[in-house]
Order: sequence, then structure tokens, then C-alpha cells
Amino acid sequence: MNKISIIIKREYLTRVRKKSFIIMTILAPVLMAALMVVPTLLMVNGDKDFKKIAVIEDGSDLFKNVIPDTKDADYIYLENTSVEDLKTTFEEAGYYGILWISPEIINTPNAIQLISKKQPSFTLLDHISGALEKEIERQKLLAYDIKDLDKILKDVKTDVSIQTIKIDDSGEAVKTSTGIAMALAYISGFLMYMLVFMFGSMVMRGVIEEKTSRVIEVIVSSVKPVQLMMGKIIGVALVGLTQFLIWIFLTVAMVAVVKTTILKDKSVTEITQNIPQDIMTGDQQEVATTKADMSEGMAEFSKLFDNAMNQDWLLIIFSFIFYFITGYLLYASVFAAIGSAVDNETETQQFMLPVTIPIILALMVAMGTMQNPESSIAFWFSIIPFTSPIVMMARIPFGVPYWQIIISMVLMLITFMGFVWMAAKVYRTGILMYGKKSSWKEIWKWLKYSG
Amino acid sequence: MSLFEAKNITKKFGNFTALDNVSIAVPEQCIYGLLGPNGAGKTTLIRIINQITGPDAGELFMSGRKLMPEDVQFIGYLPEERGLYKKMKIGEQAIYFAQLKGLTKAEAMRRLKYWFKKLDMVEWWGKKVEELSKGMQQKVQFVTTILHEPKLIIFDEPFTGFDPVNANIIKNEILFLRERGATIIFSTHNMESVEELCDNITLIDKAKTILEGSVDEIRSQWAANEYELLFEGEVKIEGNGQYKILNNQFENEKSLIRIKTISDITTNDILKTVMKSGKIISFNPALPSMNEIFIRVVESRN
Repeated sequence: MNKISIIIKREYLTRVRKKSFIIMTILAPVLMAALMVVPTLLMVNGDKDFKKIAVIEDGSDLFKNVIPDTKDADYIYLENTSVEDLKTTFEEAGYYGILWISPEIINTPNAIQLISKKQPSFTLLDHISGALEKEIERQKLLAYDIKDLDKILKDVKTDVSIQTIKIDDSGEAVKTSTGIAMALAYISGFLMYMLVFMFGSMVMRGVIEEKTSRVIEVIVSSVKPVQLMMGKIIGVALVGLTQFLIWIFLTVAMVAVVKTTILKDKSVTEITQNIPQDIMTGDQQEVATTKADMSEGMAEFSKLFDNAMNQDWLLIIFSFIFYFITGYLLYASVFAAIGSAVDNETETQQFMLPVTIPIILALMVAMGTMQNPESSIAFWFSIIPFTSPIVMMARIPFGVPYWQIIISMVLMLITFMGFVWMAAKVYRTGILMYGKKSSWKEIWKWLKYSG
Repeated sequence: MSLFEAKNITKKFGNFTALDNVSIAVPEQCIYGLLGPNGAGKTTLIRIINQITGPDAGELFMSGRKLMPEDVQFIGYLPEERGLYKKMKIGEQAIYFAQLKGLTKAEAMRRLKYWFKKLDMVEWWGKKVEELSKGMQQKVQFVTTILHEPKLIIFDEPFTGFDPVNANIIKNEILFLRERGATIIFSTHNMESVEELCDNITLIDKAKTILEGSVDEIRSQWAANEYELLFEGEVKIEGNGQYKILNNQFENEKSLIRIKTISDITTNDILKTVMKSGKIISFNPALPSMNEIFIRVVESRN
């Protein structure tokens, strides 16, 4: 068997069989699934915290039944009740709070108070003020005494949704969705960042382990240091890949299981509750609008889906694989070189900073890129090899001319080969140096040593 | 014929010269001592032989032809700073090292079984390295060094960390390996074991070879004109024009006196003179220990 493959096998197996790996691999998707499921659960179970709010108006009944009830709260209009009386007893009466509307409301918008024992949520306040604003607006319009006001209003009401159309080089229009492009950019940028950091530093720790346990000298008497370094880097990459695949699989499986078991019952009861209500009110129009809403939602979704299909998936997948491999190799070899230059992990600090900066910078630029994919900063950072894996991946979903991608990739290839070569030289000298305080100057000297 | 030869090796690290025109020739089936004070350049030379680093100048030969990268599978190396993967199981680890030296897994298993049985290590197979004592780890490493039956074995301080019983076992294994045809380069500071084991030596100091040859020759060379006299009772001898006294000590009712002749006189003449001083138990040419030679040679250069 080829020596590199023997090394890859060992690096892979020892890591995959570690307890910490197994725990992390299983625990992370549980946490991830929890992250996705818990908010849904909270939303579904939110109605447990049901509120009753008393609405009291001073001297008029303009706002009677104006505020619609929501899932979380009922608004009960109390006539002939004074605020002062209720203030002391509203809790016993089962009210969450009192909404007091003064008669001055039309002229002075501050004349509303919500009296409660607890701090009310923003959504609650938003709901109330929205309903009142709408009503005041309606009242004010009514005061103008316009004929067919309702019809006019309905006629005037327009929904605006912007469809972005990108024209490609051949002048053909392509529908795109910034949402999908953003999501893609986010995901690939973060994946890149995580992979490089997690597994790059895993390589570094492996090198330090071999150095401090002094096993290195025996190994390099059997294989070339470069073989050991590459074997380790590839082995760790496979570990990362394994972990990611398991994570994706487990997370999807878990979310699916939770959705079908726990959440299913809830949504079913909710629907059964809604249907009789609609029938009872017999409001045909409302039923129609909900149906319209639904089909609109479907249309929106299929539009999104169409746009997603319009993305150049082949290019995205190809570039992701390309930038992942070269980016990982570039950084992992630098990490390996750092590991070889130090005697223990605490010493890595001084070398880590210059390596971390480009990655973090790239991530920041990538965030900015999503606001403005054509900016010159985004352009340059997607060309410079140390940041290009992250920034270019953030740009590609928005469309990048081929010549830019080619320049970026060629530069990346050259840099990555150069760095692997340099890292191998530093590594070869570093692994056998003990007790020497390593510095950038020292490492520069190692680069010049002959084999 | 020499199994291994290094000719005019020079190695520099920046401004520091680790080896300056050093040559060694290791005859086949010989135990070759590589001696020298700390920092003399021994480890660098060993690393060059192992092709871990390359020399700046000079050539290396194995069995008469140039040393090639593939030759690593004919070389076994036990470094001074031992090391094994702490979290890895003994058996797996031994197989891994054997595979890196070119053995197949099955072949490695077969040979490991033999050695583990021979050295009484069978129950260690499934244990992790961190569970073993230092001496046990050394034993594991010894086995991994010789498992691929190398033609040339390099032992750097092989006896450190062993108790006397195990040190003796390892010593006998080394002699056994030589008998079976291996050639051994042996680097140590323990001069007693050099006298006991080595056929030839090279002494390196400050990057240069300062002494080389067979152990017997070197010792008799340095012994020239020195004799040891043992008297009964307390005896004191004064030096004269023909010899001088190097050492005169009284211990256990006996006096041990060491003399060095200055002019050309025969042993009979010496005896004639010293006989008058007391009752002689023995009279021998004094062979200096390798330890003495080592110290004298290195100190004379400073």
C-alpha cells in the first residue's frame, strides 16, 4: 500500500473512533434540531399564554370592537366602566391589562394608555396601535364624506412585490431572487469559514501532538515529511467530510421525526378549529380571500423555486468544491507549518493572529458583498487568494463574469501550491526543532535551509 | 566491505556548522559506536543517515552504491527521544510503523506475534501506550525498530529507561541481531557498553571526527607505556628518570600504582626497580577505559 494512504487511514480512523468525535457528531445535530424545532414549538404552544385585555373608552364608543382578537389575546370592550375602578381589580377579573382610550385620540395620538402589571410585548403593542391607526384613518377619511369610499379604498389598495430581473451576457433576461442568492452566499461563506477553522486547527493539533510525543522522528525516518503532512491534511479533511455528512443526515432526519410526531397533532387540531369558525360565520368572502391568500402563497413559492432553478447550480457546486479544496489545503498547510514551529499549543497564539485576520476579513467583506455584490472591495477580495474562497462564493450567486472567476481560481491554484511547498519546508525543519523559541524570523530562516 | 559509508559529510544550519567533513565507514555485521559529547553533531549525522535531512556536501553509500530514498526500508532507527502515539493501542501502532516500513499487514502481524512472545509482551497488545510504564514503552519501540529486519539498525542510547534485567535482554537481542547479519550503529554516552559491544568507533566533537578505529586498537594505542602495579600493604613509589607515577592509592590493604614510562626501558627493568618497594601481586599493561579516552581526548581539545 502507498505510504500516504497508510497515513491517511491512520489519521482518519484514530480521529473517527475518538469518544469526543462520536459525542460531537451525535450531539451537534441534536442541538441543531433543537434550534429549529424549539421556536416552532414555542410558537405553537404560545397560545397557552392567552391574554384578555379590557378596552375602555372615555365618553364615546368610536372604537367599539375595532381591535380584532388574535391568537394570543382577546379584546373585550367594556362600556360604562371607569378606569379608576378597574385599575385595582382588573387582575382578579382575569384581565391582563386595561387599554384606555381618551376622547382626544383623533387629535392627539398620545391619548392612549395600556395599564398592566407586566411589560407587554412588542407584537401586542404593534397590533393595538396598528388597529387603532387604521380605524382613525378610516374615521378621518369618513369625515370627508366621499362617495363609494369603501370601493375606492379597495380599488386603491395595491400590493407591491419587486421582481428582480438580471440580464445575462447574451442579453437574455433571467429572473433571480436576491433572497435565494443571499441565502446561498451566507451558507457557503459560513461553511467555508467553519470548515477551514475547525479542521485546519485539527491538523495543527495533530502536528503538535506528534511533535511533543516525539513520535515524529521515527515516522520521518520511514516517510518523507511532506507525505506525512499531506496524509494528515487529507485524513482530517475526510474526517470533516464524514462529520458533515452525518450532521446533515441526522439533522434532517431529526427535524423530520419531530415535525411528524410532536407538531403534527397541533396543526391538525388548529385546522379543525378554524374550519367550523369559517363555516359558522358564513362569510363567503373571507373564505375566498383566504383561498386567494393561499394560492398567492403558492405562487410566491413556485416563483422562488423557479428562481432557485435559474441559479447556475453547476457553477456554484463546481466553485464550492474548488474553493473548498484549495482553500482548505492552503489554510491547513499553513496551520500544519505553525504546528510544526511550536512546542505546545499555547505558543501558537502569535502565529494564529495573522492567519485568522484574512479569514475574518473575508467573512466581513462577504457580508458586505450581499448588500453590494459589484463593489470594488468585493471584487478585489474575491480575487485575492486568501479571501477569495469565502468572498467569491458569496458573489457567485449574484452572478460574476467568467473572466473574474478564472483569474481568481488561477491565482488561488498558484498560491495554494506555493504555500503547500513553503509550509512543507517549514514543517520539515520545524518538526525536529525542540526548545527553540520560534519566531517569524526563525521560520524565514528555515525556508532557506536545503533539504 | 563496508555496508554503509558516509564520505566527507558537511551540514550547516545557517551560520552554525553541525558536521564538518565527517566520514564513517561501517563494516558489515559490525557494531559501530558513534560517540561524542552533547551537541557534537551525532544526532545530525544519524538524521542524515536516515535521510531525514540531507547533507550540504558529501556522499552516502549503502552496500557500495549510492544511498537512495527507498533504502529507508533497510534501515531501522531507534531515536534517543522515544515517542509513540499515546492514545493508540500497542498492536495497531506496531502494525502502523511496520506498514510505513513497507511490510504488509499480515506479515507484520506474523512477526509481531513472534517478538511479543519472545519479549514477554503479549498481554500489552490491546493496551494504550499511556497505560504502559516508560520501560515497557521502550520495549515496544525496540520491537518496532527491528521488525522489518533492517540491514542497518541505528540505536541511539538504547539502554536508557531499562532496568538491569531488561537492559541485559535488549543487549542480548542486539548481539543476536548482529549474529543474524544486521549491522548496527550504536550511539551512546555509556562507555562501558561501548567496551562491551562495539567493534569500531568514531568519536565526533564539535562537528569534526577526532578519533576513529577499532576499540581494541584505540585502547592499546592509548595504553602505550602505561602499567598497573598491585602491591600488598601500603606501598609508596617515587618517580624517577625512567618513569613517572600517575596514581598511587591504598585501598583494602592493597596499593594500586599506575606508572608511565618516560625513557625506553623494558618491563623487566621496571620490575627490577619496583620489586624493592614491596610484595607485588600483579603487574599489567594498563588498558585505559573508553571513558578515560573519551574524557582525555575531548578535554585535550578544549
